[in-house]
Amino acid sequence: MRHAYPIAIRLVQSLALLVCVVVLNFLLIQLAPGDTVSVIVGEMGGASPETIAALKAEYGLDQSIPAQLGIYLGKVLTGDLGYSHYFNRPVLGLILERLPATILLVVTSLILAFVVGTALGIFSARRPKGILSHFVTVFSLAGFSAPVFWTGLMMLIVFASLIPLFPVSGMADVARPGQGLGYVLDVLHHLVLPAVTLGMIYVASYSRLSRTSMLDVLSADYIRTARAKGLPERRVVYKHALRNALLPVVTMVGMEFGQLFAGAVLVETVFNWPGLGRLAYESILRRDYPTLLAILLFSAMLVMVANILTDLAYRLIDPRIRGRGR
Amino acid sequence: MTSRSASLAAASGPETAPASAPQGPSPAAGTTPKPDRPLLDTCRMFARNCPAMTGLVLLATIVLATLFGPGLYGVDPFSMVDMPFAPPGPDCLLGTDYLGRDILAGVIVGGRATLAVGASAAAITVLIGVVIGTFAGYFGGWVDAVLMKVTEFFQILPTLLFAMVLVTIFSSSLVTIAIAIGAVSWTATARLTRAEFIRIRDLEYVKAARTAGARDFYLMFRVILPAALPPIIVAAALAVGISILFEAGLSFLGLGDPNTMSWGMIIGQNRDYLLNAWWTVTFPGIAIFLTVLSISLIGDGVNDALNPRLRRR
Repeated sequence: MRHAYPIAIRLVQSLALLVCVVVLNFLLIQLAPGDTVSVIVGEMGGASPETIAALKAEYGLDQSIPAQLGIYLGKVLTGDLGYSHYFNRPVLGLILERLPATILLVVTSLILAFVVGTALGIFSARRPKGILSHFVTVFSLAGFSAPVFWTGLMMLIVFASLIPLFPVSGMADVARPGQGLGYVLDVLHHLVLPAVTLGMIYVASYSRLSRTSMLDVLSADYIRTARAKGLPERRVVYKHALRNALLPVVTMVGMEFGQLFAGAVLVETVFNWPGLGRLAYESILRRDYPTLLAILLFSAMLVMVANILTDLAYRLIDPRIRGRGR
Repeated sequence: MTSRSASLAAASGPETAPASAPQGPSPAAGTTPKPDRPLLDTCRMFARNCPAMTGLVLLATIVLATLFGPGLYGVDPFSMVDMPFAPPGPDCLLGTDYLGRDILAGVIVGGRATLAVGASAAAITVLIGVVIGTFAGYFGGWVDAVLMKVTEFFQILPTLLFAMVLVTIFSSSLVTIAIAIGAVSWTATARLTRAEFIRIRDLEYVKAARTAGARDFYLMFRVILPAALPPIIVAAALAVGISILFEAGLSFLGLGDPNTMSWGMIIGQNRDYLLNAWWTVTFPGIAIFLTVLSISLIGDGVNDALNPRLRRR
C-alpha cells in the first residue's frame, strides 16, 4: 500500500477541482437564457404573477446569487442534478442510464487503441526504415487529419451499406431482443464500428508516440549494456526497453482521455449509440441546459477517475517509482 | 540552446568560423560563433522537405480556391440547382444535397468559414496558452501554482463538450465559436510554454540580461520568449489543424452559424441520407481531411526544420 498516500492526495485535489466544476456549472446556468421557472411557465402556457412568485420561491430563485449557489451545491451533493423538462424526469436517472454505454464504448476503444497502437509502434521501431515504419508514419498523419465523425460515416457507407457486415445504428437489435449470451453478442456486433472509428485516431497517435519513444529508449546506454552482457535481443527489447518506452504512451492516454470522451460525443451521434454523448447532442437540440451541464459534470468526473487510474498505472510500470514509496 | 547553436555553427562552420576570428576578444573562450542566418537556414531546411512542401502547396491551393473559387464557379451554394440527391455527373460535378443544392459550390464556399474560424481559434489558443505559460514559467512560486491549478481545471473538462455548452448558451456565431474553441484548447500550449520558460529562465544569457537591469516584462517577452518560440510555432500549426477539426465537429452537430455554409454543416445536414447519397457527405469530408493533412505536413516540416539534431544532415 505504498502508493496509498500520493493517491489520497490526488483524490482530495480532484474533489476540490470537482467542486470548481460545480461552481462553473452554476455560473453557466445563470448565463443561460431563461431560468427554470420561465421554462415551466412557458410549458403551462402562461401563469399569474402569484404562481410565478410561488414557483420562484420553490426553486429558490428569489434569493441572492450566493445563496442560490449554496442551495445548488447542496442539491448536487445529495445527487439532485436538476430536472429535465424535455425528458420529463430527473437528470441523474437519465445520466446513470446512459453512462454504461459510454463507458463500454470509450474503454473498448481505449484498449483497442493502446494494444494495436503500441504493437504497431514497437514492431516498426525495430526496423526504422521498414515498410511497417512507413505505414505507421502515414497512418498516424491520416488518423490525425480525418474528422472522426466523417470516418464514422465512411465506415457506415463501406461496412454497413456496401458490404453489409455490421448494423447501421444503435446498441442492440430492437426487433429481436436477445437474452443472455445472445444479447451480449448482439451488443458486441453493434460495438465494432463505433469502437473502431473512435479507436482509430488513437491508434494513430499511440503508434507514432510509442515508435518514437521506443527508438529513443533503444539508443540508451542501459540497452547497450544489456546487449553487451549478451542478453538475447528479444529479452532486451521486450523486457528492458518496452517498460520504459511505454511510459510516455501511458501519460498520453491519461492526458487524452478528455478528448477521447469528446470524440465519443461525435461517434455516438453518428452511430446513434445510446450513451452520454448522444444525450448531450439531444439536449443541445432541445436547449435542455440542466441535462447538458450535468453531462459536463459527469464527464469531468470520468476524466478525473481516468487520471487517477493513469497515475496508478504509471506507478506500477515505471521501474524508478515502483521500488520506492513515491 | 547550446546544442542548437553548436550544431548551427557546425552547419555553417566554413563561412562563419574564419570571419569571427579577427573580431577581437570573444565573450568566452569556448563559445561557438553565433549563427548568421538561422531563419534562412530553417527555410532552406523546410524547402528541402518534400512532404512539407507538398503540404504547403496543397494548403495554398485550398486557400486560393476558397478565396477565388466562388467567383470563378459562380453557383450559389444556397440555391436549388437540380433535383435533390442528383448523383455526381456532368451538370453537378459533385452532385446535389437533400435540398438540391450544389455540393461543389458548398465545398468551395464552405472552406471560408472553416479556415477563418480555424485560424482565429488557433490564434486565441496560442495567445492564451503563451500568456499563461509565460507568467507561470517565469515567476514560478505561487503564481505558477495558481495558474497550473487553473490549467488543470480546464484539462478535466472534455474540450468538445465544454465548447458545445459555451456555444449553446451564448450564440452560434462564427466569433463565439472561435472564442469557445480557443477558450477550451489552450492548456497544452500553456504547459509547453511553461516548460520552455523553466528551462530557459536560468540560462546564462538571461542572467546576464537580468544583471544588466532588464525588467520582468522585457525579460519575459523580449529575452526568453524568442528562445522558447520554436516548439510554440509547431504547437501553433498543430492548433490550426485541431481548431479546424473542432469547428467541423461543432457544425456537424448543428452548432455552427446557420447562415454560413461550412464543410461540417454540409455533412451534418445530409448525414441522415448518407446510405442513399454518399457523395453529400464524402466530398466535404475529403476537403476537411486534405486541409488538416496539409497543415499537419507543414507542422511536421517546421518541426524538423527547427530541430537542430536533424539539421546536420
